[in-house]
Amino acid sequence: MNAMSEVIKTDAIIIGAGPVGLFAVFELGLLDIKAHLIDILPKIGGQCAELYPEKPIYDIPGYPVITGQALVDALRKQIHPFQPTFHLGEMVEKLEVLGTPERPLFRVATDAGVILEAKVVVIAAGGGSFQPKRPPTPGVEAYEGKSVFYSVRRIDHFRGRRVMIAGGGDSALDWVLNLHPVASRITLVHRRDEFRAAPHSVNAMRALAAEKKMDLVIAQLAGLKGADGQLSAVTLRGADSATFDVECDDLLAFYGLTMKLGPIADWGLNLHENLIPTDTEKFETNVPGIFAVGDIITYPGKLKLILSGFHEAALAAQKAHRYVYPDKKLLFQYTTSSTSLQRKLGVS
Amino acid sequence: MTKVTFIDASGASRTVEAQIGSTVMETALRNSIPGIEAECGGACACATCHVYVAPEWTDVVGKPAQMEEDMLDFAADVRPNSRLSCQIKVTEALDGLIVTTPARQG
Repeated sequence: MNAMSEVIKTDAIIIGAGPVGLFAVFELGLLDIKAHLIDILPKIGGQCAELYPEKPIYDIPGYPVITGQALVDALRKQIHPFQPTFHLGEMVEKLEVLGTPERPLFRVATDAGVILEAKVVVIAAGGGSFQPKRPPTPGVEAYEGKSVFYSVRRIDHFRGRRVMIAGGGDSALDWVLNLHPVASRITLVHRRDEFRAAPHSVNAMRALAAEKKMDLVIAQLAGLKGADGQLSAVTLRGADSATFDVECDDLLAFYGLTMKLGPIADWGLNLHENLIPTDTEKFETNVPGIFAVGDIITYPGKLKLILSGFHEAALAAQKAHRYVYPDKKLLFQYTTSSTSLQRKLGVS
Repeated sequence: MTKVTFIDASGASRTVEAQIGSTVMETALRNSIPGIEAECGGACACATCHVYVAPEWTDVVGKPAQMEEDMLDFAADVRPNSRLSCQIKVTEALDGLIVTTPARQG
């Protein structure tokens, strides 16, 4: 791994590329603080893009109504002049403190082997990191990574094996179609005979099932059978509540994503009910140089609103400037009148 | 005031007052009812406010809409009386409603 040896040096690391993390790029950028963003999702926008891209939001100042995706697109455009670097589909595993409280320095490592060093860290992780939902079957943990999977990392693993795929969306149907030529037998399990996936995938799946080239079972997962992490069968519960076993070697389950705090709990930050307490002047955590903004923080009166996160990011950036440029005096300026800010934004 | 009763998976029952026009999920959160997570805050986007409507109430409460039915695919142990509580609006007709929360919200 070449990436392991190379340490990327930057001013600020923003953890979480939701709306507040994105706007933090803007506020830091106005103060000449360069940022790298890391997000576990393969795209920017966080919950706005993942949970409700089409849903209208009514409380963004200046927009009587805007959808989650449109807001993310607008923020992407707004921060473009600052050329942030995105590390998407990566989870921050480690955050080490290298510097002193007066001159902080942090080293962050992602699960993809990327290592970054920065003078400040801004945690904008919302509800935590999106992780696949586990199927509701006791003891599933023992099989994970061996014969129960929530994504396909290596198609070859499934060669010649009996693969059960659970779910009714695009991920489930896409893998039914992609693994069909590879696996010895595919069984698709879904709780109802209706699918959310794209119609052409559903039609292709139904054609395979009609030709008996795969099995479609309308049922829910009820239990797992096997030993030492290797599945031998999955117990299913049909619409009539009767249970039955289907033999298989692997289970690929697609039950959507859920938010978990994840490794943030291990970074030495004070936590209160899975939230990070901050002050309301600088939005700094108990570790000098680590700021936190947006839904993941708590303080008296905190509201989990996107607009509150924007405000928090603006104030955090002011203090971040002191760490990144300890010898420079910070002059407060308006984007309407400051030619220096306008030059940074590429409009002057 | 309208009353809603939440029964958890162990059988413990809590009856609380619900505001007309609010949702059953909001009522649960406001009263710290365990077993309702509502991760997405009521956007019908996460299936972590899943409840079972008591059999005598299913006709009054009604069936889930298409988007809610799709989202129920992400819930665990879905039954014919499954609903997402963020999609049930409290009305006078629902006074006395009884719902059971599942053993886990996925």
